[in-house]
Amino acid sequence: MQVVADVIAQFTGAERRGAFFIALATALLGLAMAVTGNGDSFGAHGALVLAASIITIFCLIRSFDKPEPSSERLQSYYDEPTKAGIVLAMAWAVLGLFVGDWVAWLLVYPDLTFDAAWASFGRIRPVHTTGVIFGFGGNALIATSFYVLQRTTRARLPDQLSPWFVLWGYNLFCVIAVTGYLMGVTQSKEYAEPEWYADIWLVVVWVTYFAIYLRTLVRRKEPHIYVANWYYMAFILVVAILHIVNNLAVPISFGSAKSYSAFSGVQDAMTQWWYGHNAVAFFLTAGFLGMMYYYLPKRAGRPIYSYRMSIISFWGITFFYMWAGSHHLHYTALPQWVQSLGMTFSVMLLVPSWASAGNALLTLNGAWDKVRDDATLRFMMVAAVFYGLSTFEGSFMAIRSVNSLSHYTDWTIGHVHAGALGWVAMITFGAIYASVPWLWKTRGMYSARLVEAHFWLAVAGTVIYVFAMWNSGIIQGLMWRTYTEGGTLAYTFTDSLVAMRPYYMARAIGGLFFLIGALIGCYNIWMTIRMARVSATNTAADLQDAPVAALQPGE
Amino acid sequence: MDHDTIVGFSKSWGLFYLIAMAIGVLVYALWPSNRKRFKRAKNSILDTDDRPRS
Repeated sequence: MQVVADVIAQFTGAERRGAFFIALATALLGLAMAVTGNGDSFGAHGALVLAASIITIFCLIRSFDKPEPSSERLQSYYDEPTKAGIVLAMAWAVLGLFVGDWVAWLLVYPDLTFDAAWASFGRIRPVHTTGVIFGFGGNALIATSFYVLQRTTRARLPDQLSPWFVLWGYNLFCVIAVTGYLMGVTQSKEYAEPEWYADIWLVVVWVTYFAIYLRTLVRRKEPHIYVANWYYMAFILVVAILHIVNNLAVPISFGSAKSYSAFSGVQDAMTQWWYGHNAVAFFLTAGFLGMMYYYLPKRAGRPIYSYRMSIISFWGITFFYMWAGSHHLHYTALPQWVQSLGMTFSVMLLVPSWASAGNALLTLNGAWDKVRDDATLRFMMVAAVFYGLSTFEGSFMAIRSVNSLSHYTDWTIGHVHAGALGWVAMITFGAIYASVPWLWKTRGMYSARLVEAHFWLAVAGTVIYVFAMWNSGIIQGLMWRTYTEGGTLAYTFTDSLVAMRPYYMARAIGGLFFLIGALIGCYNIWMTIRMARVSATNTAADLQDAPVAALQPGE
Repeated sequence: MDHDTIVGFSKSWGLFYLIAMAIGVLVYALWPSNRKRFKRAKNSILDTDDRPRS
């Protein structure tokens, strides 16, 4: 509570009034939703929005008549939203990884649903994906982007209200999404499950986010816009385009959660996978490359190996990825030439992807002693290696004949997790461990050994996970395509399920390792924040004592 | 406008504008006088001064 009060005390009068009116507006919106959607899950979400808004209003009123902040605040960067974003990202990481491991065990022991609808695979799996991608990844991207944007432009964020609106609104979106799945609310589009009202809300939040970026860039004090910002901006802008187009839908009424997509049939499939693959490209790749291009050189103390290569690979990634989505629809009703187009662009993508991975590793060339000693930098190094591996694998799997073996099997799951655990999560943990001491002004993390423990648990977990799914996926794919001499399938689907079981157990154990690592990370970050608080109070106490001590000689 | 027209348009126009953009990017990235700008940019993030410039 004290933290919230401190944040509001830093707001100017106009910002406090602005925050109040926004919270009032969302409260009224929530009330309207609760009334019109009475009896529907839409109404339940209205009540949730109303409750979140009322809590916000309550916090605002408590600090409303605090004095105006001094203009001294403008002499430093505005890092409070980044701090909050990092804490939220870690909380979502634990939730998302926990649910993910639960789903993994559910596949080993199908009875774990306890006969409850909310605990069925179809509902908790999207809780996992949304929790880790949007909850963990999204909050980490928002938090680090504010940090990087300010440092690279040498300009403070334009105001103090809009970053909080983005953070608050984005997390409200995530909460609406995951609670919706448990109630059975979904539009059945992968990574775009939330229904129309959540989608509209996210557009409002996202436009505000992009506006913060543009307003800060306009006020920049550096002549050139550093490449990390290009990646972050591509992430924000393209995700907005993808999100709006893929979620075009008509609700059955303004009092219902249910809607129908504007697309149907193969157009629907193509739009969804144009969205889906570019969500991987611009959410899980471009954004995190932005993170890498700032934190890796900064932590290694060396500039990026080739700035030119970073620009060329930036445009390569943005041009090529746009066309790759159709590789998700090989051997479907989609025209053959569209499939071939997706396959060709996917193979070409290897060039800019490896240029980025190579650029990162060449930056570290000459600083390997630091990589050996510093687990934080090692997180980033491993991330670059996994980025190179999973982009190679992705290009390979997009080839139609390879895809005939890999598609619909666990190989795909293995590939996704090589990217999500090995690349996205590793670079994020690296960036978080680097920025926590910078943000809370401590000499380092509370415990370097715990960072080390987290690192090895994360690496072990990822390797176990990925190898289990490679084995499982290839066996599955081969069993599904083995014919007897009589021309019938040699194995039933159940036979392949039985063969998968040991790998599912291994996968769940790998996931558990990764989850334990994240829990250790949370503890370490929490203790670092506490350490910073204690030393801040000590310094304050010292300052108060000092004049008294100075008086003594004159007495 | 039928399906074949759109396909024909996207296959030809798509080829040319993508190549044109690729050339544009390569020219910008490799233009000799941009070297100084890029060198400054990549080194500037290592600056330890952690305050906005007024």
